[in-house]
Amino acid sequence: MEAVLLQFMNGLDKGSAYALIALGLTLIFGTLGVVNFAHGALFMIGAFCAIVLNRIFSFSFETIDPTRTDFLGNPMKVSTPYVEKWFGTFGTSLIEYSVLWSIIFAIPVMIAVGIAMERGLIKYFYKRPHADQILVTFGLAIVLQEIIKQIFGANPIPNPAPSSFVGSVDVGVWLGMAEFTVVYPMWRLVYFVFALIVVGGVFAFLRYTTFGMVVRAGMADRETVGLLGIDIDKRFTAMFGLAAVITGVAGVMYTPILSPNYHMGMDFLVLCFVVVVVGGMGSLAGAVAAGFLLGIMQSFAAMSEVKDFLLGFSIDQVIIYLVAVVILLTRPRGLMGRKGMMEE
Amino acid sequence: MGILEVQNVNKRFGGLQALDDVNLNVQENTVHAIIGPNGAGKSTLLNCFIGKLIPDTGTVMFDGKSLLGLKPHQINQAGVSRVFQTPEIFTDLSVIENTMIPAFARRDGAFKLHPFERISDEKDIRARAEEMLVNVGLGEKLDTVASAMSRGDKRRLEMAMCLVQQPKLLLLDEPTAGMARADTNNMIDLLKRLASEMDITFVVIEHDMHVVFSLADRISVLAQGHVIVEDEPGNIKGHPKVQEAYLGTTAH
Amino acid sequence: MLNNIRNNDTVLMSLIVVMVLAAPLLLAPLGAGYPDLMQRFAIFGIFAVGFNILFGLTGYLSFGHAAFLGVGSYSAVWMFKLLSMNIIPAIILAVIISGLFALIIGYVSLRRSGIYFSILTLAFAQMSFNLAYSVLTPITAGETGLQLALDDPRILDAPYEAGQLPTPGLFGLYMNDTWTVNFIGMELQFNVGYYVCGLLLIALFYVALRIFRSPFGMMLRAIKTNQTRLNYTGVNTRPYTLAAFVISGMYAGLAGGLMASMDPLAGAERMQWTASGEVVLMVILGGAGTLLGPVLGAGVIKYFENIFSRMNDQVVESWFLWMPEGLTEFMVAIVHPFVGKGWHLSLGLIFMAVVIFLPGGLIEGANRIIGWIGRRFGSKKTDKSGEAPAPAE
Repeated sequence: MEAVLLQFMNGLDKGSAYALIALGLTLIFGTLGVVNFAHGALFMIGAFCAIVLNRIFSFSFETIDPTRTDFLGNPMKVSTPYVEKWFGTFGTSLIEYSVLWSIIFAIPVMIAVGIAMERGLIKYFYKRPHADQILVTFGLAIVLQEIIKQIFGANPIPNPAPSSFVGSVDVGVWLGMAEFTVVYPMWRLVYFVFALIVVGGVFAFLRYTTFGMVVRAGMADRETVGLLGIDIDKRFTAMFGLAAVITGVAGVMYTPILSPNYHMGMDFLVLCFVVVVVGGMGSLAGAVAAGFLLGIMQSFAAMSEVKDFLLGFSIDQVIIYLVAVVILLTRPRGLMGRKGMMEE
Repeated sequence: MGILEVQNVNKRFGGLQALDDVNLNVQENTVHAIIGPNGAGKSTLLNCFIGKLIPDTGTVMFDGKSLLGLKPHQINQAGVSRVFQTPEIFTDLSVIENTMIPAFARRDGAFKLHPFERISDEKDIRARAEEMLVNVGLGEKLDTVASAMSRGDKRRLEMAMCLVQQPKLLLLDEPTAGMARADTNNMIDLLKRLASEMDITFVVIEHDMHVVFSLADRISVLAQGHVIVEDEPGNIKGHPKVQEAYLGTTAH
Repeated sequence: MLNNIRNNDTVLMSLIVVMVLAAPLLLAPLGAGYPDLMQRFAIFGIFAVGFNILFGLTGYLSFGHAAFLGVGSYSAVWMFKLLSMNIIPAIILAVIISGLFALIIGYVSLRRSGIYFSILTLAFAQMSFNLAYSVLTPITAGETGLQLALDDPRILDAPYEAGQLPTPGLFGLYMNDTWTVNFIGMELQFNVGYYVCGLLLIALFYVALRIFRSPFGMMLRAIKTNQTRLNYTGVNTRPYTLAAFVISGMYAGLAGGLMASMDPLAGAERMQWTASGEVVLMVILGGAGTLLGPVLGAGVIKYFENIFSRMNDQVVESWFLWMPEGLTEFMVAIVHPFVGKGWHLSLGLIFMAVVIFLPGGLIEGANRIIGWIGRRFGSKKTDKSGEAPAPAE
């Protein structure tokens, strides 16, 4: 029981990331009808926003501390971040909580990136064949990934969680189990809660605002909404910005779990495509549900019992694809797919 | 016994009863028109014949065999072809290629792996396609790319594509929709000639009464998903039920 | 008109035969006449020609063909390890296994079309990569890649000299045998491996040509244009697309087998999504749906890859030395990200540029120029344009 609960929870952080990325993907796909192969790059750019802000905050000057010497006997150089010099303890806490500050930093950046992507490139492809849309965003994905590689190098860059969130919580105790049976890293729990808030926020936004209502109507029937004299294009651009923000902040918050590298975008995107297909193309709820479901399945597949059962083959890397195959053979439209979505 | 027998067909879309206990009996080698006001269920009925929709209840028998549950290509292989309301053709291909493809489908069946035969060696198929194109008046345009043609020519092309298969039953969905008067008359002449020359049964959906009464041997009137009258053209014109359906003299 | 097509085809085939056979001579002045690069031209030419049978004719855009290439490579290396260093059994096995693999992946992926299909093939490619990289390590040797070893059984071959790994060969000829000939100051290298690849390219190009001109090819083009109509015309489209998928998968497997024959090792990175993207780029750069386009696209990409990735800052600096000093450094700094290890950035930019500005590829571009010249300078040239590698069929 405890083991099952632990695996379940281990799947939540990956599942949260899948759900958030798939949500953004589906928003763009459902409103604009474009499958954005550069969507993974948004996740990556978000993650690197956190790295950039951390570097900005940690930007330091060096002073020589005459009272101490290094191991060679020379006077020791001490580097002090500028923010600490200027703001004192507030500066220290800026560095400490840089991941959380990065969310505020990433939001305008992601809006700008998203809108630039839509207005600058994708807009011109609405009337082109789907193959062209796929190809051009695919090319863009390569370009963005290579730019990040040029700037930040090929190695993953660690970004620590705030120290008050480092460590683990004993979830088992909360649930009345024995101590140390279900111990869960604190930041992963934070990530899960964060994902729930974002998903809830997006759904509430679509449900209870006029903007959201128009977007939902547009997702169902774009032409009719256009005929009603509503400038749907502007709203769709805004939607692209929103999707970019969702995906970007998902990337920011994920940095303490996975040190960002230049190819993380595509790694996650491919999995999230599968998530979207399993959930049902164009279904927001399906995307979120399938995201969590597949994340959790992946976690269970990594259990050593499963590995033993399969004669030593670890299938956690491929379980998602196998599930996708089964779903496609039995329910070609996915779990919650609507008929007629991109099926011309 | 008719070539196409439709019995007690019902189809419901949510709250809408699109087809309500439809019965239809189409005799071999006749032109059978289905008319009715907008939204009467004419296209829905046609879609049930070609495998695009499956009725909720009822039977559709063609030539003694049920069409229900067959895939579109199987229904075509059984001898049913359809001309669509907006011409469905291979727009990137030339007119002659458009017509050779159905001819291949008739000769080779639903699938044949023949990657090393040359199209240029298929003289028979080409001759048949050319003959049919001449027949519908496209003999001059064999090498034109289909997308570059007028709407009327596209419909002729689609007609040729269906006819080259020598179907037993040809379904025509508003064959003159959106055509000018002169074109419409040409199309009527063409259809009349084809009906007399070939052993084909036609089922025609049409709005234009001029077309219907020039062509049809028998007419079914569909209203609100139900066949209200089936009779010869002469008896349809003055029929009170038909007038009621079209003009709505009595409120429902 | 049909005679015309046959004539065009003769011209096209002669062009390919001359290009392939005379490649060492033709490419030497471009600095590309060495065996390793010429082998890659031919191998990726085969890969692209096969991919074009699927994408160019049916319009089904697969992002998973690198998986078949990788499967072909692994199969071939296993054949070298177990059976013989003769490349024939290796290549045959590569084609068979990749064909079977394509059958399975195609069967599932082709249940959907359009965007779904692209997504599914991408997912399967990534799955294959993961399988090769970690799950199936006993078969693929995971990260290190599958290599020959001294203690491999090779049951058909006579034992080799101890301590030396054997080279793949073909009845006494070795793939790395090269004759160097001096010709008006240039060193021409005639390499066995290249000619094996080149002759196969000619043969497979001919097969592709026949497919393009067959009723089967016509059905595939009809699928691209209007699949619904084809269904209502009595054609079951799924076996056609599956056949095209498997054929193109077998081409990819053969290319992978050849790759392993030239250099007997196989690694998972050959199956990555960027590798699948590369063949897509080759085909659209040359011109999807044209016969010559894919070969051309493969050549151009591999040539530029070779040039770009060899460039370093010294080379770049030498271009701009005539400029004032500060400007030279500035230009080097600008060019630097795009060359050397930055080749992939250039590749992505080329990719986008081709899709945005020249969706028809180089062949269409050439046709446009020929058409423009024809219009500009009277109708003299219009007759000739039919002779150019124009037929987009």
